[in-house]
Amino acid sequence: MPTYRPGPVSLILAVLVALFLLLPLLAVIPVSLTPSRMLAMPTGELSLRHYRSLIEDPRWLQSILLSVRIGVVSSAISTVLALCFSLGVWMFQPRFTATLVGFVLLPMVVPPVVSAVTLYFLLTSISRVSSFFGYDTWLGVAMAHSVMTVPFATVLILVSLSQLDRRIDLAARGLGASVWERATRVIMPNIKFGIVTAALLSFVLSWEEIGVTLFITSVNAITLPRLMWMGLRDNIDPAIAALSVILIIITVLVLAVRSFVVRLRRGIEPL
Amino acid sequence: MRGTLSDRMGAALLMAPLLLFLVLAYAWPFLGVVKWSFTLPTPGLGQYQALLTDDLVQSVFIRTLRIAAIVTVVSVAAAYAITVVWVRGSPAQRLIAEFCILVPFWISVLTRAFGWVALLSNRGLINTWLQSIGFISEPLALVRNEFGVIVGMTHFLIPFAVFPLASAMRSLDERVLLAARGLGSSRMRTFWTVFVPMTRSGIIGSAMIVFVFSLGFFVTPAILGGGRSVMIAELIYLRIFQSPDWGLGAAISVVLVVFVGALMALLFRHVKPKHLV
Repeated sequence: MPTYRPGPVSLILAVLVALFLLLPLLAVIPVSLTPSRMLAMPTGELSLRHYRSLIEDPRWLQSILLSVRIGVVSSAISTVLALCFSLGVWMFQPRFTATLVGFVLLPMVVPPVVSAVTLYFLLTSISRVSSFFGYDTWLGVAMAHSVMTVPFATVLILVSLSQLDRRIDLAARGLGASVWERATRVIMPNIKFGIVTAALLSFVLSWEEIGVTLFITSVNAITLPRLMWMGLRDNIDPAIAALSVILIIITVLVLAVRSFVVRLRRGIEPL
Repeated sequence: MRGTLSDRMGAALLMAPLLLFLVLAYAWPFLGVVKWSFTLPTPGLGQYQALLTDDLVQSVFIRTLRIAAIVTVVSVAAAYAITVVWVRGSPAQRLIAEFCILVPFWISVLTRAFGWVALLSNRGLINTWLQSIGFISEPLALVRNEFGVIVGMTHFLIPFAVFPLASAMRSLDERVLLAARGLGSSRMRTFWTVFVPMTRSGIIGSAMIVFVFSLGFFVTPAILGGGRSVMIAELIYLRIFQSPDWGLGAAISVVLVVFVGALMALLFRHVKPKHLV
């Protein structure tokens, strides 16, 4: 517990920064309620037409379903690959571990636009041989998203493995458990929180991925962020404001529940 | 125990799938991009020469460095102000600060850029309000220029700047602060001469992260710059999709990776990686 508290000047500056951080999120609320067909502040009357158009316009629903499908598949791929890799690192501690982990983390460190050009090269090359798996296909997008999310999944699983007591694995080994039994019945049950977090984070990162997706899709694989991008670039569609409000509310709810659960687990009185 | 044949087999079997996946889906196509930069449209170093002579490319590089520098200074300063409260405030203050940092952090870059469009555009919140109180007659140009890009990027990067700072502030020994105060130093003086110098590694780490992120930023400048304040990433996109000149796009990508790699190497010589998250 820090006893040295921030003074009044610090508090005022922090409040200004907090307002700066929250302001654009609050600004979308009035825009989403405008009766106008263009981006404008409502003058007088409020309308829910932009929320209705989210339900009535089939493009939104289609892109949401596509984003969910890509998110689930890419999250499954990256979680399984990251889990196997991390188990290999933790159980066998091979030589060159640092180099190999560094290599796996590359897509996280390299500027996203360069990864985007790289994956564009990959998928256009695949497209020359196969038409359902390559540029502008949902499988191609799912694979590209796996490349981008697998470093994050690996970091999370490696971190939860690093907190595991090696002696339980040594005990299992001493009692004659095979590698498979050690992995699935001793280690994995102890890091299941980390595995689930890795899968969720991979899904969320894929769900909101736009930088790479822009380079590898054109007209067929329109994910939700891609559709938002199209509505933002041309003439701004207030339906995006309605969608943004919904996404912001979901984020706030999830964070509130998470912070409540964390507080309960730590035995702190939840506020 | 270590290094028996079956152990090496086990490690190889478990680690191979991911390594193979990334070699095929990342390393190999990256080499392909490098090849593009040397072979398209004609084999040779022509694209790299163009980088050094083309006025447009040069002006984009300079603009990117300038924007990245401004965004770095502003984001780190703003992040510092809110991190102080997040780390050292009362429990209620800390909860509010955490909420203000994490909610934007988890919201998609598109939603956040759109929020700034809603605030800053000609028919947006700020211009509508200023006109309604009669302060201005014509809307101010707040987006589709460098100002909008800097505001949007700063907003995006503040949460990323917070984490290294928080880690540095958590690890400092607060008895030093109490000692300084006990010896009669004012609040201001304690802050500037004791607190800030002790968080130096956090400041360096957070500045490096923000700077490196800014260099390759695509979405926010493309939306808030409205095509008028193009940065490197958008230039790569334009070279590949609008004026198909894949060689130049690839060459810019290679230069960007080399530059960022050099910066990271510099960073890791000064800051331990564990201080970055």
